[in-house]
Amino acid sequence: MTVPSGFTSGVANPGSTMARAAERAELVPVIGLEVHVQLETDTKIFCGCSTEPADDEEPNTRVCPTCLGLPGALPVCNEAAVEAAVKVGKALDADIPEETRFHRKNYYYPDLPKNFQITQYDAPLCADGELEFSHEGTRRTVNVRRAHLEEDPGSLRHVREGPADLDVRTTSVDRADYSLIDYNRAGTPLMEVVTEPDFRDPREVRAFLEKLEEVLEYLGVFDAGRDGSLRIDANLSMIEAGEVGDDGAIDEDVLESANRTEVKNISSHKGAEQALSYERNRQENLIKRGKAVEQETRHFNETHGNTVSMRSKEEEKDYRYFGEADLPALQVSDWKERIAIPELPDARRERFRGAYGLDAEAASKLTSRKAVADFYEQVAEEFDPDLAAAWVADTLLGELNYRDMAVEDVTDRLDEFTRLIELVATEEVTTKNAEEVVLRTMLDEGLTPDEVIEREGLGTAAADEVAAAVAEAIDENPDAVEDYHAGEGGAINFLVGQVMQKTGGSADPGDVNAMLRERLDG
Amino acid sequence: MSADDAPTHRGGDAADDLNAFITRETVVSDADGPLAGKTVAVKDNISTEGIRTTCGSAMLEEYVPPYDATVVERLRGAGATLVGKTNMDEFGMGGTTETSAFGPTSNPVDRERVPGGSSGGSAAAVAAGEADLALGSDTGGSVRNPAAFCGVVGIKPTYGLVSRYGLVAYANSLEQIGPFGRSVEDAAALLDVIAGPDERDATTRYDAAEGGAPDAAGVPDDTHPAEATAYAAAADGDVEGMTVGVPTELIEGADDEVVAVFEDALADLDAQGVETVEVSLPSVEHAVQAYYVIAMSEASSNLARFDGVRYGVSGSEATGGTEGERGSSSEIDGGDGNWNESFARAREEGFGDEVKRRILLGTYALSAGYHDKYYKKAQDARAWVKRDFDEAFAEADVLATPTMPVLPPKRGESLDDPLSLYLMDANTVPVNLANLPAISVPAGEREGLPVGMQFVGPAFGEAAVIRAGSAVEE
Repeated sequence: MTVPSGFTSGVANPGSTMARAAERAELVPVIGLEVHVQLETDTKIFCGCSTEPADDEEPNTRVCPTCLGLPGALPVCNEAAVEAAVKVGKALDADIPEETRFHRKNYYYPDLPKNFQITQYDAPLCADGELEFSHEGTRRTVNVRRAHLEEDPGSLRHVREGPADLDVRTTSVDRADYSLIDYNRAGTPLMEVVTEPDFRDPREVRAFLEKLEEVLEYLGVFDAGRDGSLRIDANLSMIEAGEVGDDGAIDEDVLESANRTEVKNISSHKGAEQALSYERNRQENLIKRGKAVEQETRHFNETHGNTVSMRSKEEEKDYRYFGEADLPALQVSDWKERIAIPELPDARRERFRGAYGLDAEAASKLTSRKAVADFYEQVAEEFDPDLAAAWVADTLLGELNYRDMAVEDVTDRLDEFTRLIELVATEEVTTKNAEEVVLRTMLDEGLTPDEVIEREGLGTAAADEVAAAVAEAIDENPDAVEDYHAGEGGAINFLVGQVMQKTGGSADPGDVNAMLRERLDG
Repeated sequence: MSADDAPTHRGGDAADDLNAFITRETVVSDADGPLAGKTVAVKDNISTEGIRTTCGSAMLEEYVPPYDATVVERLRGAGATLVGKTNMDEFGMGGTTETSAFGPTSNPVDRERVPGGSSGGSAAAVAAGEADLALGSDTGGSVRNPAAFCGVVGIKPTYGLVSRYGLVAYANSLEQIGPFGRSVEDAAALLDVIAGPDERDATTRYDAAEGGAPDAAGVPDDTHPAEATAYAAAADGDVEGMTVGVPTELIEGADDEVVAVFEDALADLDAQGVETVEVSLPSVEHAVQAYYVIAMSEASSNLARFDGVRYGVSGSEATGGTEGERGSSSEIDGGDGNWNESFARAREEGFGDEVKRRILLGTYALSAGYHDKYYKKAQDARAWVKRDFDEAFAEADVLATPTMPVLPPKRGESLDDPLSLYLMDANTVPVNLANLPAISVPAGEREGLPVGMQFVGPAFGEAAVIRAGSAVEE
């Protein structure tokens, strides 16, 4: 067969293989998530043990017969965990059913005290929700299929004994001599949020997780700082771009026929993007080389940034779900009305723009953490909203970020920061000194603003002191004065610098500039 | 508790040739309550702080609970003296107390015969006078069966009347702790002490309107019937005007000797002013199958925790590890992350044959592809049995049946044939499926062997069955 020259590209060649066809087709990833969120409650989900790890606590000290799964012990549902989950459901605009039930998920693992996990199966607390977030300037909505409550297992530490002169070391399970179990975490309330396979890009996943965490934090049901507070399983398959409809929808059969992998052991937003980017490239390369993607579970290795095979579909577990008779069904039909949730980030962002005249970027920065937004609002009520925005969104957050600190680290010092802004607003300290000296010293040395100003002698120079310095600078620098009168623009700046030097930086450069011009022009 | 200095006896001791106790230990309470001066034996699947609780299994031969079951706390609060932990079929799985890892218990009426089970040790101890009272647990008849075979009184309370906190679960949707006594009044007095809501057991609640709404913590939103009823006072024998329903299906399967005693007792009740009516429970022909599917399914999950990691047999002998090397029970062999081998070793060593049989069958019944065929179908049958009982209680105040369809068998007679053993439960398991209260009282004797009569009441109708039982006693 002859092919007219210049007519090869884009035409199916009867001799081509599937691989060649696949090579041409653009592939897009289809991603769905199961996000496990630790809910912040005082006590565990089915017993009275504390959920709050003590400093340097010993293993297996925050336990009781119930969370240890001792023979005869029974679970009793912690109402606070159900309330927290209902709040999440409301924030996700999910349906809350009349009645919700618990099931047992049966599997053997040493971190699971009863060798079954109490979870929810056919009657989850939340169904059919959604979460809207921004990704690269566009609004995206991902559907949440369900969100349910369950208990967290304990944690394992795999130990390898080193040579005699070395301590035992924590290692991976396949290199371990033995493993130790700590049940302190067992029974911490978890909420599993299951999304539809609506993501088309690993970066979207990251944006979604950031938004989800933002919302959870606003609801006061989540502590991002707690170890293991967010764990993610993600499934990913590659399909041809042509199969994605204009509305982003993909035919059910196309989805079913694409082999997907489930990636486990993801514990951060960044890790999720990394794991899924790796997995997308891996699958894409396989398909381009004409190889099949195996349907399997893979483990994300955070250190290496890759995923490795855990088990294939043939080994998939049968969890033998059945109803947990020890926990009566909960009637929750009126809980959605009864339980209030605070203003959520999106709404607050809009309100900030309207009420304080902030631009989109500042409003976004100021609302991403509830503590920041609360602080901003408190400051903006007292002082100029623009000044407050600049100070909170740029200066304070910037300095905190530089020091790897979060606003939570200074929440008990918010009064001091308010005082600093007050000193700036009343011109008792210059903006420059406030930013470069006072704030930094406050953060580094834990002093109050007044203490820093006192110690560093940074109080705004008195007007007569500045006037004297201005007169001195004019007297001492006749050349510069001459240059000024000759219309040389740089001369005034030189003179301002001289005055600033004389006043130890405590004068306002704008004021100095004006005073100089007044004297020189007068 | 004086766990350390108290002597511990095992079967074969001269003082206990019945082998009714697995652990003999006396714990005297200082409390001045309704059970002051009474001795009480406790089935060995009810947790006792500082006293080992074996469930009749080698798996838990050394297991000492760090806490008391709610019922044990209540016994102590009522001034009772605990005299020991009684023998039982392993994890409650059996009707003869022969599957115990600590050897069988003899029936004090005829030592060649079984005492029934699974609470055989408790019934035998009370029948032989080794304790005034005893606690058992009843999953499918395990209180009523040995009560009938040993000639004492046993009560299976409504599901949710008595806290299960501390009762080592066999089939948690079916079972209740229940009392034994030599008289109906004695057993009822013990029920008065143990019944009532418990914040540690979310199923101890009472819904005045069926399907009513307990709040999230399972806290009772209505007065629990136990708090408004004096059970011992109901043992007044005053049955004048009471209607007793006799379910034909549960008479047909019983042996002739048993039916003869049962009918004599009915005639006696008739003379006391009881009206007897025939009722029908067509669904009960499926009850035994449904019961075993549900009980075994739940057991496969409830007994999963016995893996040698935290307590119990660790299966370490097989790998040659010494106690010292594996001293801490939460230190386990990591291997390559495949823990199943270590778990399997512990379970192979620790469990007896009947327990293994039920775990295997239960696991199968819950498995993907079989779940609908077995477990779901059994749940449907359970709902049907409940409906049949509801209809029967529209016609009668209580129902009466022979407790056991047979006289107590000889030891070793039935062990080889699990199916015939399971069928022995025909009259008791429907009651557990329907969550109802029932009592077994001695109704007479045949060939020198006791025959028990069972009364079943509507949910939380303990007073009615106690009243009916006390009338038979007189």
